[in-house]
Amino acid sequence: MQRFLDLTLDGLASGAIYAAVALSLVMIWRATRILNFAQAGMLMLTTFIAWSILDAGGGYWLAFAAALASGFLLGAVVERVVIRPVEGAPPLNAVIVTLGLLVVLQAGAGMVWGNQPESFPAAFSIQGFELFGHTVPFSRADLFAVIAVAIVLVLLVVLFRRTSIGLQMRAAALAPDVSKLLGVRVGRMFTLGWGLAAMVGALAGVLVAPSVFVSPSSFDAILVFGFTAAVVGGLESPPGAVVGGILVGLALSYMSGYFGSSTVTLGALGILVAVLMIRPNGLFATSHTRHV
Amino acid sequence: MAATEQRAADPGVDPAGLATRLSRLTLTRNLGIALVAGVVLLLISNALSPFDNLQLATMAYTFIAVAGLSLLTGLNGQVSLGHGALMAIGAYTAAKLFAEDPGPGWPLLAVLLAATAVTALAGVVIGAAAARLRGPYLAGATLALAVALPSISERFPDFLGGSNGLTIIPPLPPSGLGVDFALERWHAWIACLGALVAFVVLANLVRGRQGREWRAVRDDEIAAELCGLHVARSQVLAFVVSAACCGLAGGLFVVVTQLAAPGAFPLALSVSLLAAAVLGGLGSLGGAAAGAALIVLIPRWSDDASAALGLTTNVQANLALAIYGLLLIAVVLLAPRGIAGIFGRAAHAVRTRWESQQMRRHERRGEVG
Repeated sequence: MQRFLDLTLDGLASGAIYAAVALSLVMIWRATRILNFAQAGMLMLTTFIAWSILDAGGGYWLAFAAALASGFLLGAVVERVVIRPVEGAPPLNAVIVTLGLLVVLQAGAGMVWGNQPESFPAAFSIQGFELFGHTVPFSRADLFAVIAVAIVLVLLVVLFRRTSIGLQMRAAALAPDVSKLLGVRVGRMFTLGWGLAAMVGALAGVLVAPSVFVSPSSFDAILVFGFTAAVVGGLESPPGAVVGGILVGLALSYMSGYFGSSTVTLGALGILVAVLMIRPNGLFATSHTRHV
Repeated sequence: MAATEQRAADPGVDPAGLATRLSRLTLTRNLGIALVAGVVLLLISNALSPFDNLQLATMAYTFIAVAGLSLLTGLNGQVSLGHGALMAIGAYTAAKLFAEDPGPGWPLLAVLLAATAVTALAGVVIGAAAARLRGPYLAGATLALAVALPSISERFPDFLGGSNGLTIIPPLPPSGLGVDFALERWHAWIACLGALVAFVVLANLVRGRQGREWRAVRDDEIAAELCGLHVARSQVLAFVVSAACCGLAGGLFVVVTQLAAPGAFPLALSVSLLAAAVLGGLGSLGGAAAGAALIVLIPRWSDDASAALGLTTNVQANLALAIYGLLLIAVVLLAPRGIAGIFGRAAHAVRTRWESQQMRRHERRGEVG
């Protein structure tokens, strides 16, 4: 029983991070119908930027802010330069372009920082809390991750529901042509959406870096977990992405605890295939339509 | 290009006798191409050094995998980022069947056939799931496959050798070829023969009824279904054929490298296969050959270039990967039909120019007469 509780707490902490990755994928999917495979590379790059600042003697919070800021910038630039030409093109083009971008980012980071994994510190102590005389695998750093992701979710909901910019972003995603006629700068909204999504991804990168280390390809599995979480949540709704992230985090934690840590990526594949086969629109979908 | 395809793809209106003759013609033509290519490859292989023969063998098995992926994506519209993982299935099957330390292994041909068959079987399972997924979903699921599959060998370290993988004793050239016949040349021959067999089988499938079905399903699933085609079955079959190609490629990989290890099948392998298929032109077998040759040569060129320019090892180790990525982006943005498309356009331009010249000559003659 104690073990089950430990695994649950562990799953919650990693689930919060998967939720952040899922959020960044869902935001881009909603706005541009593109699945951003480059997200793994983008959050890797921003985490490396943070690592460089730490390595040069900068403080943790400076590095943290730099990661988020560079994430926003990177997302916006990527959208303007390579994604804009494939918006509205057949889906395969966007898949290939984002994948190419992933490879370019990974190779570029390898050129600058090398392929050896670098360790990355956590914001707070990773020593688990003491509960009833027992050390649980849930630390201040984990608590920070959960709170940070919760804050991001709240901010996003406020942005999309309560502000004019949020309304324009939703309109641009839902009906780009009509929005253009009504004076919404649709292209600018897409750029902003990509920037915000990449910023959320950058947050996930900094949060997960202490446990996976930082190297050009160390975030590939995180992309798969985030995608799985997004699909579980239906790929359409930000709250769904967060719930999906927590569910996937829990499931993978139990799997790792009871069957060994090498089964985790296989477990994600299993969940992904099962959800796509049984409920292709996610666990929370109410109806589904396909245009003919 | 499109016109000839239409003609070849539409034998239904012809009398039945003509249709069979046409199909036989395709088969003989493909066999002829394979024969000529075989002779050329034999001559090239005899002229090359052992290291270059190794590269030739690499190109040959890469071609098989790229051709399978190109056919799946170009003709049937299914995108897969998991073909590196399928190659791993073929490679591990082959490595288990080849001579391990205790006892003799299976003969070479049987090993390759088994690797192909086992991977095709895996293709049935994955293809059945894939047939229900569309575009980005399929790409994401196959990406998960590529990331997850290599970890199986770490789960079963006794059976699959853990992260060190399995090593085999390489198949030796027959003694009739002489004592100092290079091992690499023999492996290049085996791989090239495999590539030619795969070429003939795929070229006939593409030209024939099955290829037409795949294209119909790719272009419009609902219309194809209304025409009486079994969409899901056609998609699964395309995946199985594609997986079988990867199985053969994986088996040949083991012959050439004597190793099946998780590190040999990273996500980067799947990406480089896709890069080759896109670069060559999706759906084109000739393009697949060009793409496979390029992705084998690019690392060599980039190594030479970075050595000549005195670049650091970090840059050198990642230059080839960066070039693949840039090529993927550039091809999609600038030349979506790849090398095959560029050549096809050039050939089309030459042909229309020739035809208009002929017509003008004809008109002039008509005026004189």
